[in-house]
Amino acid sequence: MNAANLTRRPWFVSRLLGAPGAVAGAVVIVVILGLAVLAPYLAPYDWNATSQCRRLAPMTAEHWFGCDLFGRDIFSRVIYGARFSLAMGLSTVAISLLFGSLLGIVIAYAGGWTDRIGARVIDAMLCFPSIILAILIVAVLGVGLLNAALAVGISGIPRFARITRAAALPLVARDFVEAARSVGAGHGRIVLRHLLPNLAPILIVIATLDLGGAVLFTATLSFLGLGAQPPTPEWGAMLDAGREYVRYAPWTMIFPGLALFLTVMAVNLVGDRLSLILDPRQRDRS
Amino acid sequence: MSIRAILGRLIGVIPTLLITWTFVFGAMRLVPGDPVLLMLQGTPISDVAMEAARAKLGVDRPIIVQYVSFLSNAARGDFGDSFRSRQPVTQLIAAEFPFTLQLALGGFVVGLLLGATLGIVAGVWPNGWIDTLCMTTALVGLSLPSFWIGMLLIQVFATGLGWVPVLGTGFDALILPSISLGLFLAGGLARLTRNAIIEVMGQDYIRTARAKGLTAWRVVGKHAMRNAVIPPLTLLGIQFALLIGGAVVTETVFARPGIGRLLVLAVLEKDFPVVQGVVVLTTTAYVLINVAIDIAYGIIDPRVQG
Repeated sequence: MNAANLTRRPWFVSRLLGAPGAVAGAVVIVVILGLAVLAPYLAPYDWNATSQCRRLAPMTAEHWFGCDLFGRDIFSRVIYGARFSLAMGLSTVAISLLFGSLLGIVIAYAGGWTDRIGARVIDAMLCFPSIILAILIVAVLGVGLLNAALAVGISGIPRFARITRAAALPLVARDFVEAARSVGAGHGRIVLRHLLPNLAPILIVIATLDLGGAVLFTATLSFLGLGAQPPTPEWGAMLDAGREYVRYAPWTMIFPGLALFLTVMAVNLVGDRLSLILDPRQRDRS
Repeated sequence: MSIRAILGRLIGVIPTLLITWTFVFGAMRLVPGDPVLLMLQGTPISDVAMEAARAKLGVDRPIIVQYVSFLSNAARGDFGDSFRSRQPVTQLIAAEFPFTLQLALGGFVVGLLLGATLGIVAGVWPNGWIDTLCMTTALVGLSLPSFWIGMLLIQVFATGLGWVPVLGTGFDALILPSISLGLFLAGGLARLTRNAIIEVMGQDYIRTARAKGLTAWRVVGKHAMRNAVIPPLTLLGIQFALLIGGAVVTETVFARPGIGRLLVLAVLEKDFPVVQGVVVLTTTAYVLINVAIDIAYGIIDPRVQG
């Protein structure tokens, strides 16, 4: 495989779509995005309007996914839920990626004691089981959808920082950094214009691999009652709300959970394929 | 591994614990609101009693004194009393811990059996349909929300078929939570095991064993397995973190007692001493387990040097 091939877009797209799993994943992601954007037009009922049907009514032609405890249409709520899942996943990964990668590059570039102490602190922070760290942050910030997203984002920072630092260390010693410095480039310019673009592929890989987990993680916090609060039509929160009535009305939990599972699976399928294509060490294996 | 190297690892634990404990201490000081008012939770109190409570909690002292006393108390396993039940936090955790340990062991067994099987099968026949099937199954395991699968399991096997009780703490009641917790673990383990097997199968001694005319099963069972299980097992520490995280969710779904449930309830009730105690103890346990594995691995495998 030569370098010219890498820059041609059709090659990249055809490699990504070369695996049936990744194609299925991409289709599901497009559908979820479509649902999120077009929710007001696609949802047959208002997501928050109660008494649309009998409480806990089963699936019918009018209410495909049945009704919840307050007589709300579950199908409409699941459609609106698409607005939260990917948005929460993307924003949490963005927080982890932005702060984690900057931290990793800066300490690798600074070197010396900064790097030693920084690496030590990152390693120590990685000793928090990530859900425990996220719950601790929610405890400090308070319960809520945005705080849960922030907590998941912050708890991912050490992970991103460690990977970025490891990838940046060999780059810092390379000639082009010295060359940039000798022509008078400032530290900020070297970090942002010279180091960061070289790290872009690996950053994209770890971000996509993290996305599925981030979607699942934020939904988990909502399920635990620490994230989205009722009546928000977030899938994790819907599952939590349906918990008490599962035995009488299993549809209250089957459909939000299925939507969450399909979204996470789709993101993971595409992420796996993307990492295979972008990661040079793995490229030969595919 | 030399005594010197072992001592080095043990001493290395100290700064790690210091950093994590300091983070928890700092985070807890960032909580808005007066801790005494949080502790009283709305009960009216006189100014004198308020001062007494403040002195008892130690929040009237300078921050550096609070920090040092937090560290020395934490080192002795003392995290103060719960705001809610007024019992010592350590006692609360000790009461819940056995349930979490049972669940973690159950989940670990399920995860290991399922994950290793998928990984070995995929690794022995890589890049074919068997591999694709096994790895897709592993990805399903990683993508399934464990709270959802837990609810489905309850619905089908407990409520529907009545094979196991819905609630309780006996062995019967441990089966479904273990499966629900183990599925997530299995996904990651299957991937690790597959890669380890593929790597081992490419080694010279495997080729030698094959050349000797050993059957494929003997090669895999006797030669490949032994070497392939080491990398996934060194990640036992990481598995511990996943199990603890998974336990938080699984205990909530199955309404089981345990430290995960204790932590979630403490956050919802703003019972900060309990939050602090659970976070510090689980993190410390994680650090110590990892060092223990590291040392054990160094003793077993002479290639790892110090």
